[in-house]
Amino acid sequence: MAETTVTNDLARPQRSRTSEVLRLLRYNRLAMTGVVIIALLIFFTLFGPALSRYDPLAIDMSARLQPPSLEHLFGTDDFGRDVLSRVLSGAAISLKVGLIAVGISLTIGTAAGAISGYYGSLLDEVIMRFMDILFAFPAILLAIAILAALGPGVGNAMIAIGIVYTPIFARITRGSVLTVREQVYIDAARAAGCRDRRIMARHILPNVAAPIIVETTLSLAFAILAEAALSFLGLGTQPPDPSWGRMLSESRAYILDAPWLGIFPGLAIMFTVMGFNFLGDGLRDALDPRLKQVLEPGRRE
Amino acid sequence: MTRFLIRRLLATLLVMLGVSFVVFMIIHLVPGDPVRVMLGLQADQAKVEEIRQLMGFDRPLLVQYVDWLWSALHGDLGQSFITGQSVSEAVIQRLPATLSLAMAALLIALVIALPAGIISAVFPRSLWDYSAMIFSQVGVSIPDFWMGIMFILVFSLALGWLPPSGYTSPSEDFWGWLSHLILPAMTVGLISASIMTRFVRSAMLETLHEDFVRTARAKGLVERVTLLRHVLPNAAIPIVTIVGLQMASLLGGVVIVEIIFAWPGLGRLALDAVIRRDYPMVQGAVLLVALSFAVINLVVDLLYAYLDPRVKY
Repeated sequence: MAETTVTNDLARPQRSRTSEVLRLLRYNRLAMTGVVIIALLIFFTLFGPALSRYDPLAIDMSARLQPPSLEHLFGTDDFGRDVLSRVLSGAAISLKVGLIAVGISLTIGTAAGAISGYYGSLLDEVIMRFMDILFAFPAILLAIAILAALGPGVGNAMIAIGIVYTPIFARITRGSVLTVREQVYIDAARAAGCRDRRIMARHILPNVAAPIIVETTLSLAFAILAEAALSFLGLGTQPPDPSWGRMLSESRAYILDAPWLGIFPGLAIMFTVMGFNFLGDGLRDALDPRLKQVLEPGRRE
Repeated sequence: MTRFLIRRLLATLLVMLGVSFVVFMIIHLVPGDPVRVMLGLQADQAKVEEIRQLMGFDRPLLVQYVDWLWSALHGDLGQSFITGQSVSEAVIQRLPATLSLAMAALLIALVIALPAGIISAVFPRSLWDYSAMIFSQVGVSIPDFWMGIMFILVFSLALGWLPPSGYTSPSEDFWGWLSHLILPAMTVGLISASIMTRFVRSAMLETLHEDFVRTARAKGLVERVTLLRHVLPNAAIPIVTIVGLQMASLLGGVVIVEIIFAWPGLGRLALDAVIRRDYPMVQGAVLLVALSFAVINLVVDLLYAYLDPRVKY
């Protein structure tokens, strides 16, 4: 009898979920573009001040409103400050505000959503109705109203943006927890004597992490946009600190004579937000198991 | 359906009550004395106490809230700390400008997003599809205030085609009003179009993959008839929902554009009030926009339940 060799998929070594997700991400060109943009942002945040020739706050009235040149790649502003240095410093402020604001909303929103979804009943109603109330406000108006109470400033802007995005995390977490809490392994954990806190931390949250990770990435994009908007309105980062939104606001008075003052900070915001959006979309595709069959080219053979 | 209607109405009323409470409490968390803000830091302490008692600021917060809510339900949102003008009057005066900008932006968004999303879904992986997706990705990432500044630079200052800012009442000068409306509406509308294109495409793709579409094609229906008679009416349901939600978000989203183009709407009123610490005006403007938002969301929910018989209530 002729021997036949059967190729058995089960003989292929099983990949961990993380390496599987990373593999799927690598095949997504847009997601990789996003990764590159974010890597550049982090690089400029860490090394920008060391790399730039000029102090972003140094005033030089003899060099005011100079167009882009070899001396000043992005030109100078109305105080003679180097625009490239200020754009690079603005990256640090944007990233810091984005991370802290999203950190606030992620922490509070995930906790509220997990508690709401796990315990249900009256607690769920109260928490979710409160989130509905926050959702009823247009985001920027709610942030403005909060800053009316707290006062302008980068710290208060982080709090305002954090509060505005909390309901999104609460809703996403609650939705996922509602599904996971009905799983058999949760019942098994309870039967084994695990306390609720341990069940939530060790069994529920790791299994609802996927949509939260996607939302975190996408929220970073919107938080950076929101910080720029609030700084543009004079409610976020205060002068002379070089926030991109603040730079755009200051550029308006000189927009015809010195358009570079508005072009470069705007491009910086656009590419940064695009980077986080690309990565967030890519993570969503990679973490959605329904799309695995479509996205994984190795299966086409 | 009646039970669903009643449940949603009650839920919306509760949300509106909650919104009014949050708006009231946010402003009253402001450190410092609102009466001193009105009278100035150098005001006489006895005068400050007299005004505080007259305006009821010495009462418990909950009592002040109930009193404020009762007056608001009767159309009285108090008076501006700075100008003394009735807040209700100021807010009603500004509402048409915000509404006209939001409606014009929505129209521009629909004119772009509907054909772009539909063509993109009908011809996937074509040049149309890739262009629509790039437009969608780029549009969502562009800050509206930057787009507004660039439009002013190009269309007003460089080309001189349109005025850079300002407002004319349509009853005074219709063409003047229209020329002032174009740039701010385009700024908001293009960004809204980029968001909506993605949803229209997604709704169309989902419907195109439904069994009934496969059946229609198998029966020999030409593609045009399949699209017009079967795909579009079914894809319209989620699209209508998105359009409604976009309308709601446009009401709040026009704030910054109103600042850039000096458009005298509610958003600009709210921001000016924040800068001048005119708290009753902040309350009134934010409350009206938030309530409009809640009402539009309610209408969208009810419309969705009405249009889609599969929605269980």
